[in-house]
Amino acid sequence: MAEFFLELKNVSKSFPGVKALDNVTLKVRPGTVHALMGENGAGKSTLMKCLFGIYKMDAGEIFIDGEKVSIDNPDEAMKKGIAMVHQELQPVLPRSVAENMYLGRFPTKNYGPLKVIDHKKMYEDTKHWLKEVGMEFDPKTPLSDLSIGQMQSIEIAKAVSHDAKVIIFDEPTSSLSEKEVDVLFRIMNDLRDRGVAMIYISHKMDEIKKISDDITIMRDGTYVGTWPADEMTTDDIIARMVGRELTNIYPERENTPGEIILECKNLSSIHDHSFQDCSFHIRKGEIVGFGGLVGAQRTELMEAIFGIRHIRSGEIFIHGNKVVTNAPRKAMNAGIGLITEDRRGNGILGCLSIKDNTGISVYDEYLKAGMMLDHPKINKTVDESIKKLSIKTPNMNEAIANLSGGNQQKVIIARWLANNPDILIMDEPTRGIDVGAKHEIYEIMVKLAQQGKAIIMISSEMAELLGMSDRIYVMCNGHIRGEITDPAEMTQEKVMSYATMF
Amino acid sequence: MNAKKFDIKDFLINYGVILVMVVLVLFTSIKSPNFLSSGNLMNLMLNISARLVIALGIAGCVITAGCDLSAGRMIGLGGCIAGILLQRADYSGKFFPDMQPMNLFLAILVVMLITALFGAVTGFFIAFLDVPPFISTLAMMEIVYGLNLIFTNATPLGGYVESYTSLATKKILMIPELVWIAIIVAAITWFIFNMTRHGKYMYAIGANPQAAAVAGVPVKLTMVLIYAKAAAMYGLAGFMLGAKSGGASVNLGLGYEMEAIAACTIGGVSVTGGRGKVSSAIIGVCVFEFLKAALQFLGVNANAQWIALGIIIYIAISLDIRKYVAKK
Repeated sequence: MAEFFLELKNVSKSFPGVKALDNVTLKVRPGTVHALMGENGAGKSTLMKCLFGIYKMDAGEIFIDGEKVSIDNPDEAMKKGIAMVHQELQPVLPRSVAENMYLGRFPTKNYGPLKVIDHKKMYEDTKHWLKEVGMEFDPKTPLSDLSIGQMQSIEIAKAVSHDAKVIIFDEPTSSLSEKEVDVLFRIMNDLRDRGVAMIYISHKMDEIKKISDDITIMRDGTYVGTWPADEMTTDDIIARMVGRELTNIYPERENTPGEIILECKNLSSIHDHSFQDCSFHIRKGEIVGFGGLVGAQRTELMEAIFGIRHIRSGEIFIHGNKVVTNAPRKAMNAGIGLITEDRRGNGILGCLSIKDNTGISVYDEYLKAGMMLDHPKINKTVDESIKKLSIKTPNMNEAIANLSGGNQQKVIIARWLANNPDILIMDEPTRGIDVGAKHEIYEIMVKLAQQGKAIIMISSEMAELLGMSDRIYVMCNGHIRGEITDPAEMTQEKVMSYATMF
Repeated sequence: MNAKKFDIKDFLINYGVILVMVVLVLFTSIKSPNFLSSGNLMNLMLNISARLVIALGIAGCVITAGCDLSAGRMIGLGGCIAGILLQRADYSGKFFPDMQPMNLFLAILVVMLITALFGAVTGFFIAFLDVPPFISTLAMMEIVYGLNLIFTNATPLGGYVESYTSLATKKILMIPELVWIAIIVAAITWFIFNMTRHGKYMYAIGANPQAAAVAGVPVKLTMVLIYAKAAAMYGLAGFMLGAKSGGASVNLGLGYEMEAIAACTIGGVSVTGGRGKVSSAIIGVCVFEFLKAALQFLGVNANAQWIALGIIIYIAISLDIRKYVAKK
C-alpha cells in the first residue's frame, strides 16, 4: 500500500467571480484521521465536493492507493471506496433504518418473472452492518424515531457497508450531545484500526486534538500546510487559519456612537441547542459586528429579537423601556428592522415588482382616506430609493427575481429605509454579492450610522467584520463568548479564539 | 439576434389561450351563425357572470398558492338561503309559511354574511392551525353540504318573488342586472387587489409567505380574510344562480369549484402563488364558457366536451408555467 491512501494534488476550482480553490493539496495516510481545518469559506467543503464528484474540478489530480483516478459523480466516488457523512443529513425520515441504508440499491429476489425487494435479506444485512459499527437497532425502526447522532451512525454504517476506504466527516459533531460524540469517536477509532482513512472537518479544537493524527489547514481557498496533530497547539492552528493580510477596502467612518438604544438581557431560546443567556447592547450611530462560525446561533438570536423565533426568557429594552417583540410587526413598531441572511428564503418576494418589494412593510403609512393605497406617494418613495441606492433596473415594475444579488439586497435595504427603523439588523449583508455592490452596501451602512441609526451586522467574513465594526461580539455555540471594544484588540486571532470556545 | 422569432414565441405563450378562443369563436360563428345571436350571447353572458363571481373569489385563494374545494357547496348553501328568504308570500310550498319575502339587498347581505362566516372558519384552520388549504376546504365542503341538507330537508326550492327572478331578465343599458352584479364585483375585486393593503399582502403571501412575515405582513389575519371574502362571493354566486334558474336545491353549484380553479389557471392565475389579476379570471371564465358553448354549437358529443375542456386545461397550464420556468 502506498504511503498515502488518498492524494489530492494541485486542485483548483473557480466559480463565476471567485476562485474557490487554488492549487490545493491533501494527502491522507491509511488508518488515520486527517483533520481538515479552516474558517467558513476557506474551501473545505468545496474540496470535499470535488473529491466526491459533486463538483468538477478545473485542474488537479486524485490518486487512490497510488493510482490516478477520475471521479465524475458521487456514484463513482462510492464505487471507488469514498463515502461522505454529510453535515446536513438527508434521511428519508418516515421510512425505516434498513430502507434508508439500502435506498437506491435494495436487495431483490425473483418471484418467477417478478423482481421484488428481499426484505428479509435487507433487514439481516442492515443488522450486520449496524453491528459492525457497534450499534444495535431494530432495522424496521422509522428513522424519525432516532436522534441525530443515531442517524449519523447509520450513515457511517452505510459507508462501511459500501466497503469505504475513505470516509469524509463534514462537521459531524455540530448537533451531537457529548455522549453521542463519544460514541462517534469510538466508531472512528475502530475504523482507524481497520485501516480506513478518514477526513474530519470540524471547528472544535479539543475534538481535533483528541481524534486526529494529521492536520491540514486551508485559508481562502489555498493550502496552508499539513502538520502532525500532536505538534500543534490551539493557538498555532488559529494563527495559521487566520494569518491573512488584511487590506482595507472599507469606507472611512465618521460616525460617533451615542447613547444606548437597544439592550438585551439574558435572552435564551426555547430550544436548548440554540442561543442561551445572551446579553448585549448597541448605541445610536454605532455599527456592532456579530462574529462567529456558521451555526453559532447568531441568526437565531437576531430573528428572536425580531419576533420570528421564540424566547424562553430574557428582556429587551429600547431607549430604556422594556419591549416585547414577539411578532415582526411589534418589532417594527419598536423601531427594529431585519435584513435576513437567506435572501431568497425569507427576504425577497420573488415574482413581485421592485415597487411591491419596497412598499410591503410601509403600506400602513401610505394610505389615502384610511384604506386606499396612495400609489403616487409610493412611486415617489420607490423612485427615490432606486436613485439613492443606485439600484440597477429598467424600472420599478421589474420583478425582483430578475435582478442581481446585490441589487436585490439594495431593494431589501430600500424596504427598511422606507420603514425608517432606529435599529437595523443586517444578517450577512453582503453574502453572494459581487465586490462592487459590496462596497456600495458598506457605504450605505456607514451613512446610516452617521445619521444615527444603530446597525447590527452579522458577518462570517473576518475582513468585513473587522473592517466595518465599531465593536464586536463573538458568539460560539449559542453563547456570546466575548466582546471586543478596543480597536487594537480587533484581530483575526482574537475573534477566532472566541469563536472556537465551545 | 432573431428577436422577431422570439417575439412570436413569447406572444404565443402569453396569448395562446385567447388565440385559441378567438379562432374557435370565429369558426363556430361561421359554421353556425346562430352562435352570435343575441339570445345565445345573452345566455352566455348570464352563465359567465355567476361563474366570474366564483372565479374572482377563488382567485384570491389560488394567488396565495391555495385552493378552495368548498366553493361549490357554499354556492348551494347561498342559493338555498337566498331562495328561502325570497319566496313569494302566496307560494304554497313555502319553506317558512309565515315569513314575508325579504328585501333583495338585505337577502344578498344575509347570504354573503353567512357564507363568509363559514369561509372564516376555513381560513382559521388554514392560518392558525396550519391545515393545508386542500384539506381545510375539503372538510368545509362536507360540513356545508351536510348543514344545507339538514336545513332544507333536501327539498328543492321555488316560487321566488318576481323582483328576484327578474334580475336575470331586466336590463339596464341593454345589460341584464345579473351581469351588472358581476361587473360591480369585478370592479370591487380589482380595487381590493390593487388599491388596498389587503391585496398587496395577498400577493406577498403568495410570492413568499416567510418573506412576507418578515416584512411585517399580518399573514394569518390576511389568510382568514381571503377565505372569508371568497366564501362571501360564493354565496353571492349562489344567489345569482338562483335568480337565473328561478329555483335552487342543495346540489346547486356542484363541481363549480373545479371549473373556477381551472378558469383561473387558464387565465393566468399561477397555482404556484403570487401571480394573477382580475383580468386573468375574466379571460379564464370567458375562454371556458365560450369553449363550452362553441363545442355545443358545433354539435360535439356532450360527453366528449369534457375531454376538450381537460385538454384545454393541460395546454393552458403548460403554457403558463413556461412563462416562468423558461426564464431560468
